[in-house]
Amino acid sequence: MSVSNLLANWSQFRQAHPTEGDFHKEYKWAMAIDLDACTGCNACSVACYAENNIPVVGKDRYARGHAMHWMRVERYWDEDNRDMPDQGAQFLPMMCQQCEAAPCETVCPAGATNHTPDGLNSQIYNRCVGSRYCSANCPFKVRYFNWWDFPKEENVFADPLPLQLNPDVTVRTKGVMEKCTFCVQRLTVAKHNARNEGRLVQEGEVQTACQQSCPTNAISFGNMVDPESRVGKQWKAQQVDLAADKQVKDAGDESHEVGEHHSGTQLRGYRIFEELRAYPSVMYLERVRESAV
Amino acid sequence: MAKDIREDISWAQINSDVLKSLESPRPMYWVIIAIALAMFSLFVGGEIYQYRNGMWVSGQNNPHVWGLYIATFIFWIGMSHSGTLLSAILHLMHADWRKPIYRFAEAMTTFSLMTAGLFVMVHLGRLWQFYYSVPYPNERGLWPNFQSPLLWDAMAIFTYLSSSVIFLFIGMIPDLAICRDHLHPGWRKKLYTVLALGWEGTDRQWRNFRVTYLTVACYLIPLAVSVHSIVASDFAMSQQPGWHVTSFPPYFVAGALYSGCAAIITLFIILRYVFRFEEYMTLPILKKTARLTFAIAMVWTYLNAIEFASVWYSHDQASKDVLIQKATGPYAFAWWGMIICGSVVPLALAFKKVQTNIPMLFSVSLLLNMGMWLERWMIVSPTFSHGYYPWTWDHDQFPSFLQWGMVFGSFGWFTLLFMIFCKVFPSISMYEVKEMVYHRSLASKMGGKGGH
Ligand code: SF4
Ligand code: SF4
Repeated sequence: MSVSNLLANWSQFRQAHPTEGDFHKEYKWAMAIDLDACTGCNACSVACYAENNIPVVGKDRYARGHAMHWMRVERYWDEDNRDMPDQGAQFLPMMCQQCEAAPCETVCPAGATNHTPDGLNSQIYNRCVGSRYCSANCPFKVRYFNWWDFPKEENVFADPLPLQLNPDVTVRTKGVMEKCTFCVQRLTVAKHNARNEGRLVQEGEVQTACQQSCPTNAISFGNMVDPESRVGKQWKAQQVDLAADKQVKDAGDESHEVGEHHSGTQLRGYRIFEELRAYPSVMYLERVRESAV
Repeated sequence: MAKDIREDISWAQINSDVLKSLESPRPMYWVIIAIALAMFSLFVGGEIYQYRNGMWVSGQNNPHVWGLYIATFIFWIGMSHSGTLLSAILHLMHADWRKPIYRFAEAMTTFSLMTAGLFVMVHLGRLWQFYYSVPYPNERGLWPNFQSPLLWDAMAIFTYLSSSVIFLFIGMIPDLAICRDHLHPGWRKKLYTVLALGWEGTDRQWRNFRVTYLTVACYLIPLAVSVHSIVASDFAMSQQPGWHVTSFPPYFVAGALYSGCAAIITLFIILRYVFRFEEYMTLPILKKTARLTFAIAMVWTYLNAIEFASVWYSHDQASKDVLIQKATGPYAFAWWGMIICGSVVPLALAFKKVQTNIPMLFSVSLLLNMGMWLERWMIVSPTFSHGYYPWTWDHDQFPSFLQWGMVFGSFGWFTLLFMIFCKVFPSISMYEVKEMVYHRSLASKMGGKGGH
């Protein structure tokens, strides 16, 4: 883009979806999470721990803020002073949103976190120097730093747990940042298999661990470029556009405040912190039930 | 008004007074060195402990991924700016009262940058891989991320550090020649001989010297401004509430000059006593420095008010919440401490009595420095405790002993470097003081007011 072109189209440059061209030609991995179906059972979180060799840090370190839950199930209450699920908790599974314009990517001094052509926010553990700038700039705070030398901590992978470590995934050392990868090890295998057969990955061929373990099927995951994919259909049905910073659901809502939108439509699809223009790849479907479970 | 310096002081006297500081400081000097050494060993011990155990020992966590290390890093970077202010900016403005004090201010620049560098290292999770974030040619064709403000930071600091070392060195050449000519043979004489670069004080040498000095001074000023603007970009370029503020770069530069001036007063008073520099570091000069500090304090206060106002009227609820948190939340003590030390205490400097009262000035300057340190802490931490994402709000985190210890220890490292410098190199510029005395006596002989 030449300078004059840049200046002439400044506002478009700032607002347009940042990844075009070679990006998303064959794959664009995306997710949709139905909050109405989510029961807060935490199976996704457990599956993620198992699949990705995430250290289980224990109560003390959890209390210190050293938990590594790439997938965390958050609880919210409509009213204050509640702390039991049967008092009307609402749940929100939260993991890296694989932002298309990821705030974490631009700030990493070493270039350890990057965007892949199939729409993932990748994290290169070997390249990470541990400046933690990415976590500082992530609006969702879904990046987890290895404060300890977890693989060497006796309680984290106590015997016989090392026997169940996933051989496709590394065990991270102290001082590096990690986060949800959309189970990239599974995606890679699926893509290689498909390529060997001269085709693209089909819908249903690959699942993330969290999706696979969800008993209510609240999580769908797939390739949005594929018109047959469930996730693509869901996004379309909800009229959620990857490249927009305000969705149809919130049309007519003039609020510019972060997280303060009120829908006038019947649509349920939204992305968190749309206003920050990070363009997340995860769409949430608003809850329609009353609070009480 | 009292004179900045006695006009009848002889040149030989200046030489011998300053050279004496290289030989026999007061006993207090050794006490300071010992304390600084002890503090620095604390720092080294802390770093070894953290290196072996991982970053958890620093007590940081998720979401508090940055803490006192980064805050203190900004503090030290800021401290470095006043050296450039005194030596380069005031040099161009022909303010000749800076002459007896600019050398140590410049040394302060260099050493506070070196201290700031320590904190970058200490902060990194994988210190042993720090070179990944500097651009070095390698066979894999891997470069750092040129978009990252942290990378700009590293480059700006390296540039500033090397330039300020060169500036300090160039300004010292004539003095090094004096040292070379006056000292007894020994390792020091050899050192000065090498460093003086064969200076003989010929006309041609002086002419070249002046041109070089001026050029480097002109080069250094934009560098100083850019360095702290870039440190401000670390925050302003992110999109976190409380950081994403357009006025941050000038605000940071003002804060830097402010804390630097306060530190100059502190060190002025210490050096004056320890090296018996009462003749040169006089009260009228101290008074001028105090006035300068007062002016900069008011600029900083104004910019602070602008920042609060622009956050308040921006209708950006998240940023507003952070501001409210600062004033009323768990950090309120530090935030109000910053306001009091940074904006109220300097009002004392407006009074003539305080401007020349050494114990008063000393305590005021320490309070100002504390205020400025708190300011940096209040920029970094509250945003983490109350960011965009409510589920990760964490209002209880408090830096661990290790972080406090490292901050404390870094003062030891700085003092150590600084004090060793002052004993090995002339911390008062002899040739410029001579010029100052000469010009002033000339001016008073001709009936002028003296000085520029
Ligand atoms: S959610 Fe956070 S970590 Fe994930 S891509 Fe976005 S900014 Fe980066
Ligand atoms: S996609 Fe994979 S890595 Fe991400 S939260 Fe789900 S299980 Fe964990």
